[in-house]
Amino acid sequence: MIAYIIRRLLYTIPIVFGVLLLTFVLFNVVGGDVTDQIAGKAASKETREEIRREYGWDKPLFLSLDSQFRHHLQNAVTFDFGRSWSDRELVIDKIRRGAGPSLSLTIPMFLGTLVVSVSLALVVAFLRGTIIDILAVLLCVAGMSIPFLSFILFGQYFLAFKWGLFPVFFSPDLAMVQYLALPVLIGIAAGLGGNLRFYRTVMLDEMRSDYVRTAFAKGLNAGRVLFKHVLKNAMIPIITRVVLAIPFLFLGSLLLERFFGIPGLGYLMIEAIGGRDFQVIGAMTYIGALLFVVFNLITDICYCLVDPRVSLE
Amino acid sequence: MNEQDVKLKKELPKGRGLWADGLRRLRRRRLAMVSFGIIIVYLLLTGFVYVTEIFDWQIGPARWDEKVGSEYEPPSTANIFGTDFLGRSVLRKTLYGVKISITVAFWASVISLGIGVPLGAIAGYFRGFVDEIIVWLYTTLGSIPYILLILAFALVLREKNLFGYKLTGITAVYLAIGLTSWVGICRLIRGEVIKHKNREYVLAARSYGCANSRIILKHIIPNVFHIIIINFSLRFVSFIQAEVILSFLGLGEKTRPSWGAMIDTARLDLPKGYWWEMTAATVAIFFISLALNIFGDALRDSLDPKLRIQ
Repeated sequence: MIAYIIRRLLYTIPIVFGVLLLTFVLFNVVGGDVTDQIAGKAASKETREEIRREYGWDKPLFLSLDSQFRHHLQNAVTFDFGRSWSDRELVIDKIRRGAGPSLSLTIPMFLGTLVVSVSLALVVAFLRGTIIDILAVLLCVAGMSIPFLSFILFGQYFLAFKWGLFPVFFSPDLAMVQYLALPVLIGIAAGLGGNLRFYRTVMLDEMRSDYVRTAFAKGLNAGRVLFKHVLKNAMIPIITRVVLAIPFLFLGSLLLERFFGIPGLGYLMIEAIGGRDFQVIGAMTYIGALLFVVFNLITDICYCLVDPRVSLE
Repeated sequence: MNEQDVKLKKELPKGRGLWADGLRRLRRRRLAMVSFGIIIVYLLLTGFVYVTEIFDWQIGPARWDEKVGSEYEPPSTANIFGTDFLGRSVLRKTLYGVKISITVAFWASVISLGIGVPLGAIAGYFRGFVDEIIVWLYTTLGSIPYILLILAFALVLREKNLFGYKLTGITAVYLAIGLTSWVGICRLIRGEVIKHKNREYVLAARSYGCANSRIILKHIIPNVFHIIIINFSLRFVSFIQAEVILSFLGLGEKTRPSWGAMIDTARLDLPKGYWWEMTAATVAIFFISLALNIFGDALRDSLDPKLRIQ
């Protein structure tokens, strides 16, 4: 087990290196020197030189001990992402500040979607072939086809603006439950179609197994068979989907945060896109990838915890 | 040929290949055929807009920037979807948006299949060092959250000169989508090729002295082609939706109407009660996505032989 974890950890090194190489090529080589954008058109030559020195654009790209790429690697490993181009605030401070609001939006959304879609999927799989099952699948496909933006815009317009059931925007003096309720609800509704359909397929595979027939033959009631037997055996695909979704929780929900004015990481990203702030986007990309790699490892470890048949080879 | 042979030939039922069989099964699903019809309509519309632009015909969606009424006219018989803030027909803008959307999704698919399929086939067939490099490449790309990756590409590629060609508007969008979304198909093809590599027909081809390139192109690829088709039809939806989000974030087409840009303007219009532009864009996206989803699923069910017994 420990040997496996160490081996997997070593395997993440080339991956993280690859991510850093990619962000470097994308933002420093293709994106290039953006002194003009930071300094403004009227800046003096000295100011420009100073900016170029601070961001290291006066150094060679790769082939030197003091190259830009070496600094890029070093900064990433020490989580020192420098200052934002737009307002000169430390990028890491921005990210730290945004993580809280983002998580308070995405965690309830994530748990809500999980509970609702898994339990609905169990019921739908139990009723397979009936009109309810067919209707549910059709509704899922229809739900998946509505763009996320429409969910947000119409939800916000009707539920908050027109009928006044929820506050329209984030405001610091509202209680968290109040301003988060609507975005969380919209997030769950928008994600339900795809998730329900996925979990239904997973559950259907299990429903056909012999042990389910045995359990029913023993005279167990449906609820017990579904939630005790089937759910436990369907754990592997569920874990894969759940654990690999966790890194995305930190990144917040780009569109939801924008529409509801929640000052999270998604909002930060949108601002950075508007200001072409590569520093912030590069840092977010790196952190996102790092989390993904870590949670990928956790998924594999979880596999062998829930299913003794999985061997760590 | 003697009499016996002729008789035998008459009695034997005509065999059907995978494709004929799949098509037959597909034709029996009414919902899938309706969806196919909707997809064809969208494709014809795209073709129509292209033709009007090439020949400079001033009809229908080509005249989307014409003022047809006063500002913010609600839907009526003259303008089915009403007018926008400049008095332009929302219907024409929506129809024009079909072209932008389908074009982006088409080129994004071409790019992502063009990268993913050859790389996957090479990695799966040759294995060894080449395989490790390609797997490293797609694992790296795959570890970056998709939305961040696509935004980063779209942002950097915008307004850049590439081989003397300026990347404006939708070119940057489909390049960004295509360059970032080949990971899934590459992984899939690699796995399939590994499975097929040791089958008898590949061994037979090798024993005839076929070159590796011939084995891959003429023998293995036709056998995994249905996977490419299925993936293509299901991916198309996500490309259309990605284009909408990128346009909405201001990283897409600026000068011509697209569904994402329409939703972006509707963001400010909706609170004022002008719901029609938003509705038109949503309906347009909804029908093409629904049709592609249903058709893709039906295609998978009819072409994947492993799912036959159900």
